[in-house]
Amino acid sequence: MPHLSPITPHLILCPGEAQGQVLALSEPVSFWGGFDPNTGAILENGHPQQGLRLKGKFVLMERGKGSSGTPAGVTESIRIGSGPAGMILLEPDANIATGALVARQLYGLSCPVLVLTAAHFAAASRATTLIFREDRLFVGEEG
Amino acid sequence: MIELSPEDQRRADGRDGALLQFMQRLVNQAALAFGADRLIDVSFAHIDACHFNGQAHRDFARWLVNEGARFDRVPTWTNTLPVSLLNNHSRAKADPDFVARACEVGEIYAQLGCEPVYTCAPYQLPNGPQRGDHIVGSESNAVAFYNAVVGAKTLKYGDFLDVACALTGRAPFAGLHTEQGRAGSLIFDVSKALQHRPIDETFYHLLGALLGRRAGSQVPVVLGMEGVRPSPDNLKALCAAGAATGGLAHFHIVGVTQDAATLEQAINPNQQPAEVIDLGEEDFAETFAALSPIRSGPISMVALGTPHFSPAEFAQLADQLRDRQIAPNTEVLVSTSRFVGEIAREAGHLEVLARAGVEVLFDTCTYFSPAVTAASGTVMTNSAKWAFYAPGMLPVSVAFGSLEDCVESAVRGEVTCRT
Repeated sequence: MPHLSPITPHLILCPGEAQGQVLALSEPVSFWGGFDPNTGAILENGHPQQGLRLKGKFVLMERGKGSSGTPAGVTESIRIGSGPAGMILLEPDANIATGALVARQLYGLSCPVLVLTAAHFAAASRATTLIFREDRLFVGEEG
Repeated sequence: MIELSPEDQRRADGRDGALLQFMQRLVNQAALAFGADRLIDVSFAHIDACHFNGQAHRDFARWLVNEGARFDRVPTWTNTLPVSLLNNHSRAKADPDFVARACEVGEIYAQLGCEPVYTCAPYQLPNGPQRGDHIVGSESNAVAFYNAVVGAKTLKYGDFLDVACALTGRAPFAGLHTEQGRAGSLIFDVSKALQHRPIDETFYHLLGALLGRRAGSQVPVVLGMEGVRPSPDNLKALCAAGAATGGLAHFHIVGVTQDAATLEQAINPNQQPAEVIDLGEEDFAETFAALSPIRSGPISMVALGTPHFSPAEFAQLADQLRDRQIAPNTEVLVSTSRFVGEIAREAGHLEVLARAGVEVLFDTCTYFSPAVTAASGTVMTNSAKWAFYAPGMLPVSVAFGSLEDCVESAVRGEVTCRT
């Protein structure tokens, strides 16, 4: 059953607006060490999507991963423009939220960070594009 | 919904200025993410945001300056920097722009009122937090040490959120701040392994690496070491290894660590873990082999002090290197804090080490310092944390062994393992 009606996020950890192609990560990526903020590419050895770029994508990741440096990696990639357009999580993550909130404060750049219920997360990961506007998530096209 | 104190609300409403409004927002959103329903006062912070790794770190620090931030709410200590503010001569191989920006960020936090200790082992310094204190930790090994060994209470706070908690003096009441979150949830028994191997220096590194890999985000409990008296350096090694290889942020060793006099005390009696996982000799042997792929041949460098070298380690190293010389073409680098370095200097250890050819690096660590990015070949270390991280960050292979093995290897210029 496709979720074509807009989704209200379970939590909005960082507000904003975003639109992007969906990139559903099969495993979490560490934004500190496992990711190159200059290019937006996944560096982590052995990651199934190693080499893929997060740039401009609506990235779905079940949970956060990595060290205390994670927020800075997120902020830096948003500043450079290599980072995701928006992030959708299944489990809330304070590091990713912090990184996106700081980018918004320092640079006025938007990268909303949302937490969805499992059913909505699954629906969003099947979509081709997602749009987040006025606190609601619109599925642009089903994959 | 998060319950805010009147003071939290003041800051959130912007009545204390834009800076504290944003910092309160960071804390509140973190509380939402951690599932906390209220905030608590913290009495101490050890922050990592001083560790420059890109423009965002510098922009954030400069923004703090422009907004008139002062770290006067709680004592706030700084983590290591990617470069040393003191060892100018060791920066020869570093990109000057990177060094300048990293120094600027490190110095800003000192100007804003942080205690400029620049160490990843703040628990080696006096006047730190005590058992039962709610604090803000960021550096992963220190988070585990404060929780398990000191008995203070902290989550692992990421960059910028650490600053937000320090400036507001508040943190989310969740996870390791709560009694339930601190209860052991996974039990390991090392008795079988101890039939085959002594509890020596290396044992603690391997145990840490095993707990890190196996425990995930849970709080592991270790059985089989009742009555053992590990040194602070042993526990430092365990914490660092577990936090590097996994997410170890707290643990209990029954009969050894704080809050774990008995198994019953270490766990939540209402949620007793279902099974006890045996750690055998093969688990330790495998972990050792993974950390130490190189067992012979020439070495280019010996890296000590990850986390920062302690006074006891300096005494041991000086004792073993007295009237001896490091082999030509072999560097020995020891990372430590200014504070511990001063103790080692007063004790005469630094002089002994300098004569032997050892270089001491302050404020930073060898596996990420640009001062050593020219390292290549085989590096020997006594740190499982270094052995785990360095091959991904430097073009080196690693031999891992005890401090004594590292000394013998340094003197001979080749991997030498006696222990």
